[in-house]
Amino acid sequence: MMRPLLFTNARIIDPSQDWDFSGELLVKDGVIGAAGQSLEAPQDARVIDLEGKWLVPGLIDMHVHLREPGEEYKETIETGTAAAVAGGFTAVACMPNTRPVNDSAGVTQFILEKARRAAKARVFPIAAITLGQKGEQLTEFGDLLSAGAVAFSDDGLPVRNARVMRHALEYVRNFDALIISHSEEPELSRGGLMNEGRVSVSLGLKGIPAAAEEVAVFRDVALAELTGGRLHIAHVSTRGSVEIVRRAKARGVAITAETAPHYFSLTEEAVIGYNTSAKMYPPLRTEEDRMAIIEGLKDGTIDAIATDHAPHSVIEKECEFQLAANGIIGLETSVALSLNLVRSGYISASQLIRCMSSSPSRILGVPGGSLATGDPADISIIDPEVVFTLTRESLHSMSHNSPFLGETLQGKAILTLIDGRPVYDPEGNCSHPPGQQ
Amino acid sequence: MKCLNARHILGISTLSPGEISLILDTAESLKEILDRPIKKVPLLRGKTVVHLFFEPSTRTRLSFELAAKRLGADTLGISAGASSVKKGETLIDTARNIEAMRPDVIVIRHPYSGTPHLLTKYISSTVINAGDGINEHPSQALLDAFTVREHLGHIKGLKIAILGDIAHSRVAHSDILAFTKMGAEVVVSGPATLLPPRQTEVLGARVALRVEEALEDADAIIALRIQRERQGRSLVPSKREYARFFGLGPEKVRLARPGVLIMHPGPINRGVEMAPEVADGPYSVILDQVTNGVAVRMALLALLFKKS
Ligand SMILES: [Zn+2]
Repeated sequence: MMRPLLFTNARIIDPSQDWDFSGELLVKDGVIGAAGQSLEAPQDARVIDLEGKWLVPGLIDMHVHLREPGEEYKETIETGTAAAVAGGFTAVACMPNTRPVNDSAGVTQFILEKARRAAKARVFPIAAITLGQKGEQLTEFGDLLSAGAVAFSDDGLPVRNARVMRHALEYVRNFDALIISHSEEPELSRGGLMNEGRVSVSLGLKGIPAAAEEVAVFRDVALAELTGGRLHIAHVSTRGSVEIVRRAKARGVAITAETAPHYFSLTEEAVIGYNTSAKMYPPLRTEEDRMAIIEGLKDGTIDAIATDHAPHSVIEKECEFQLAANGIIGLETSVALSLNLVRSGYISASQLIRCMSSSPSRILGVPGGSLATGDPADISIIDPEVVFTLTRESLHSMSHNSPFLGETLQGKAILTLIDGRPVYDPEGNCSHPPGQQ
Repeated sequence: MKCLNARHILGISTLSPGEISLILDTAESLKEILDRPIKKVPLLRGKTVVHLFFEPSTRTRLSFELAAKRLGADTLGISAGASSVKKGETLIDTARNIEAMRPDVIVIRHPYSGTPHLLTKYISSTVINAGDGINEHPSQALLDAFTVREHLGHIKGLKIAILGDIAHSRVAHSDILAFTKMGAEVVVSGPATLLPPRQTEVLGARVALRVEEALEDADAIIALRIQRERQGRSLVPSKREYARFFGLGPEKVRLARPGVLIMHPGPINRGVEMAPEVADGPYSVILDQVTNGVAVRMALLALLFKKS
């Protein structure tokens, strides 16, 4: 058995329990033993003084690309989950745009088996909505869910055909599951390389208008309203999308939304110099959009922060801007970038942890996001003050396509536990594993 | 100013007004060589200029090659097309291989914006942008500015009208930047499908939805080539409609100042963006533009080497 762990002098933040206090938390037998003040340490407990650092429910990233199977030169389930735990995430939900596409129980089981062997973060596979992500025939939702899939998305591609999306939102109700929409009207985004606006004109790069996203968000909201199917909008990036989601929620539509740290940290200006590390879909937008995203997080219109971790090798990024792949890695920078929102006073620490843990758990219907007694001890310990420089060497991800490379960032995970077991412990806080005297 | 600060010619956006004036002054003194019986000066003797063209081009490439030859450089031309790309070689590898043969200047034309900028990160030769995607075509804008200055004596305070596909034209982008940097007022017009959406201004030029407003009292009119095959059918209903409402016919020319300069970067779709009687009319300086292109490109090469 593992020795009990008693964390003392911790700032314990758990929005699901309405907690934000300084105190102690006991981990025993892989679950939360108790949380409170002046807890009595069991005799054999290891006591770890956190000196005011944050102790929060394990962070959950509901939108990552792990690239396995098929593109193991970019990332594997092993390296992707290593990056996750180093970023403070105890669980990730991985998108189905692998090769082959995760559109059958076999692929879902393969992913889960690889994740089990990697033994780092928990992995929740998101299966495709349509076979091969071709946008035509629905996948076997029931079979995929029983194999371990937690939601459905054709992420990477939009579901072009509105009738197919309608049927997906209808059929998913039989299983009380979730459809995640990559909202993009392809006829409006076609050939586009960055946000359409002042910067795209000055760089001579074909633009993607905000309307390419908003038209699709609006369509899927209307279909959710029509069908009653549960809908989640991935990577919201524009002011207009925030407004559409806000109004839909006010009408009581069953809809949730996420954004990614880059949409509240950067603008289209990051592309200047034909910087392929700032190329992604949806593209980085304007300052006005960035502030609207922050406003959406503040008032709860946007429920979750997800990274859209999208590893690419130098082959896809050190090339002409037009040919460069879309996407950036995010697992190891999300905590620092998201903490900026708290430091700037936009949201509270509790709101932040809700966006990064309890809301993703609730939306996906997966365990986690809570430090209640008896819950699995999935815990992130975060030092919000520590300053570090992001370097290639410091990354656990196999790829290093980040626009923040070389930047000085503040705040990172220093210890990550799953079922009370340390899966990331660079400082050796738990370095003498239980059972070894 | 005697030298360029720029080590590469990537676009008008990276040139200062002083540098543009220097290029135009230098072109003026070099142009005289083109009328000599022996059209050669040894300013670039022993230097090698590689013309790396990833897009078909006749006049720009010929103009650059002539400019280099007139200055005594050795020139090589590579029409890469998509062929190396098809063989799986990346652009960076292609450029590094050429660089290994020790050229001095690489003149590049590429269908993707920003490609010349990318090259400068990987090779040490001087890079001249001969047109990148829908971004810039700096030597065209310089020859346009040279032509206007040659005919009207100055650029500052003039009104320059640019008609056509503003959103997808590298010539338009570079022209707007060059003429505004030199103190002219630039007004652009064309079908709204070919203008940046909802903008009243683009790169410092005023956007006029009525062509007549752009032409009124203009000192020079630059009509751009319409390429419907490239731009998609839903942008312009028909050539006929374009010619009638946006093409430059004699009646539209009359809105401009008397003696207005009629310009076109070529090749012209006669009867579409410009009526034949305008292209061949008394105010047309279209062929002067071609001659001046050689002089301006000579100036660029001469100045880039003067520095080193
Ligand atoms: Zn997506």
